[in-house]
Amino acid sequence: MKTIYLDNNATTKVAEEVLEAILPYFSHLYGNPSSMHTFGGQVAQRIHEAREQVASLLGAQPDEIIFTSCGTESDNAAIRSALVTQPEKKHIVTSAVEHAAIRALCAHLSTQGYRITEIQVDENGNIDLNELEKSLTPDTAIVSLMWANNETGVIFPVEKSAEMARERGIPFHTDAVQAVGKIPINMKDNVIDMLSLSGHKLHAPKGIGVLYVRRGTKFSPFLIGGHQEKGRRGGTENTPGIIGLGKACELAAKNMEKENIYVRRLRDKLERELLKKIPHSRVNGDIEKRLPNTTNISFEYVEGEAILLLMNELGICASSGSACTSGSLQPSHVLRAMNVPFTMAHGSIRFSLSVYNTDEEIDYVIEKMPPIIERLRHISPFWQQVEKKAANL
Amino acid sequence: MWEYTEKVKDHFLNPRNVGEVENPDGIGEVGSLACGDALRLSFKLDENKRIKEVKFKTFGCASAIASSSALTEMIKGMTLEEALKVTNRDIAEYLGGLPDEKMHCSVMGKQALEKAIESYLGSVKQEPANIICECFGVTEREIERAVRENDLSTIEDVTHYTKAGGGCGKCQALIEKILARAKSEGKAKDRPQLTNLQKIKLIEDTIEREIRPILKQDGGDLKLVDIVGNRVIVALMGTCARCKVSSVTLKNFVENKLREVVSPKITVEEEYENDISGQ
Repeated sequence: MKTIYLDNNATTKVAEEVLEAILPYFSHLYGNPSSMHTFGGQVAQRIHEAREQVASLLGAQPDEIIFTSCGTESDNAAIRSALVTQPEKKHIVTSAVEHAAIRALCAHLSTQGYRITEIQVDENGNIDLNELEKSLTPDTAIVSLMWANNETGVIFPVEKSAEMARERGIPFHTDAVQAVGKIPINMKDNVIDMLSLSGHKLHAPKGIGVLYVRRGTKFSPFLIGGHQEKGRRGGTENTPGIIGLGKACELAAKNMEKENIYVRRLRDKLERELLKKIPHSRVNGDIEKRLPNTTNISFEYVEGEAILLLMNELGICASSGSACTSGSLQPSHVLRAMNVPFTMAHGSIRFSLSVYNTDEEIDYVIEKMPPIIERLRHISPFWQQVEKKAANL
Repeated sequence: MWEYTEKVKDHFLNPRNVGEVENPDGIGEVGSLACGDALRLSFKLDENKRIKEVKFKTFGCASAIASSSALTEMIKGMTLEEALKVTNRDIAEYLGGLPDEKMHCSVMGKQALEKAIESYLGSVKQEPANIICECFGVTEREIERAVRENDLSTIEDVTHYTKAGGGCGKCQALIEKILARAKSEGKAKDRPQLTNLQKIKLIEDTIEREIRPILKQDGGDLKLVDIVGNRVIVALMGTCARCKVSSVTLKNFVENKLREVVSPKITVEEEYENDISGQ
């Protein structure tokens, strides 16, 4: 059975070019980049190039790039650094829809004497900058807002938010794991102090991340050890990961236009056709201010896990924000924060595309989704009531 | 990804008896859209008062649909007395087992069946329901029952079987009280005479399941060193080892727990090891 992969916000395929660039560092080029000999030193040279490739995608300086193990580590490092370097400040501002890497960390910090303010979102998943402004206090140690939401793709006004924080001397961090590689980012044009990204979301392998730290930002390392990354992140470098991420960033810069024209067209087609063919369905999140690859669609009166498993039978991969897939008994915190009605929240499916998807794949999904939803609605007791109501009108 | 048995997958992909019985003798409905799952069960009896036809409609995940389908297959041909004896465990077993987190799906099946039979008998009980979990509308009686019938011992178990406590979590203290009450009631009835081996196993299990997780929350830990008769010798590690109130921790907590679960004769002693703090 052919796999149709529409779950690229979960992880992505490693690009062929990336894999090719990495392989030698798993075999004969195994030297330690910190070694004095040429055998190791040549690897250091390639890491140097990868750092430039990453910096170039972000419009950053190479010395502003710290390689980490993943997005979660980058997020933890950023928040912890802000707290350690400003020990007198005990307040953190974030949003109600952040990834677990920020949410769970903040929940933990709230038990350690820190005060957390979560900026709420409206029904489209947008934040109100006035609310953000009101939340900033002289005690605020850091503001951390995601650039784009993993479940809905909704883009936050992080650049404006960073300016508000900067005016008050508060460091600003953004979890840009879903944004990097999908939408243009230029750190020269904003005042964001720290930014997290993760390699496997942009066709690099898993196990490599980056924390961008703007020059002049006070920084205290999270992993303390050797002199790697100029003492800002101890631990022998993940050389294949770093070199792969460098290549992936180069490709992302090249593919940015394709992402925003080709992928967006596929996404829009999928969304338009599903909404047309399936009654009682709707998109969750702001239609305009959104990543070009993501659509989160709710199908009323059916449950997400059941939908996913029927899709799985046909080789179609996606995600859901339903209770049964969120690892808890309630629908995802993102949909709840947006006040998506329960009839809709339990039946939400996230489709996230990449440049590797084709028109044929999207057409196949458009053909197969309506009978899947119909089949489950036929089993659902609520659908019956909807049909009866419609018949009585 | 959930680990479903082939039988669960089969009943999900090819659900039996979907629909609604025409002119049913009994109908039972449980759950709601807000809860994320709901089941409507209807049946008709034959001239011998056996279930001739039974159908379901379910909103929910794969295991909710499979549990409903399995239930209809199981009770077809049964008398109502026989059907009432079907437990949620029977449903789970029929399916070759359900993941712990999904046991509430089998409980939902059981509840719908009971309601359907009550509706037939015209004995729908309108006793005042004491709602414990407001997120999922779970009553005290439902929790007590799940605890008793499935021998549940932790809040997590209760959540897996009834959903109670799985939302905002505010009711967890109340669930803890119900569990404690059920435990003391169960204990008062009969505590089986344990062999030495059984006792050792029970002490080990209790430490592992009920004591260490709580110590670990505060950065501590505990090691079972020896069991001599009813004397349980343990060593405290981590923050517990350096904690001035550690002897209080031991007396009040570990000993009480073991006395409660294993035997009132248990005494707990602490062994001091010099190298423990380095572990």
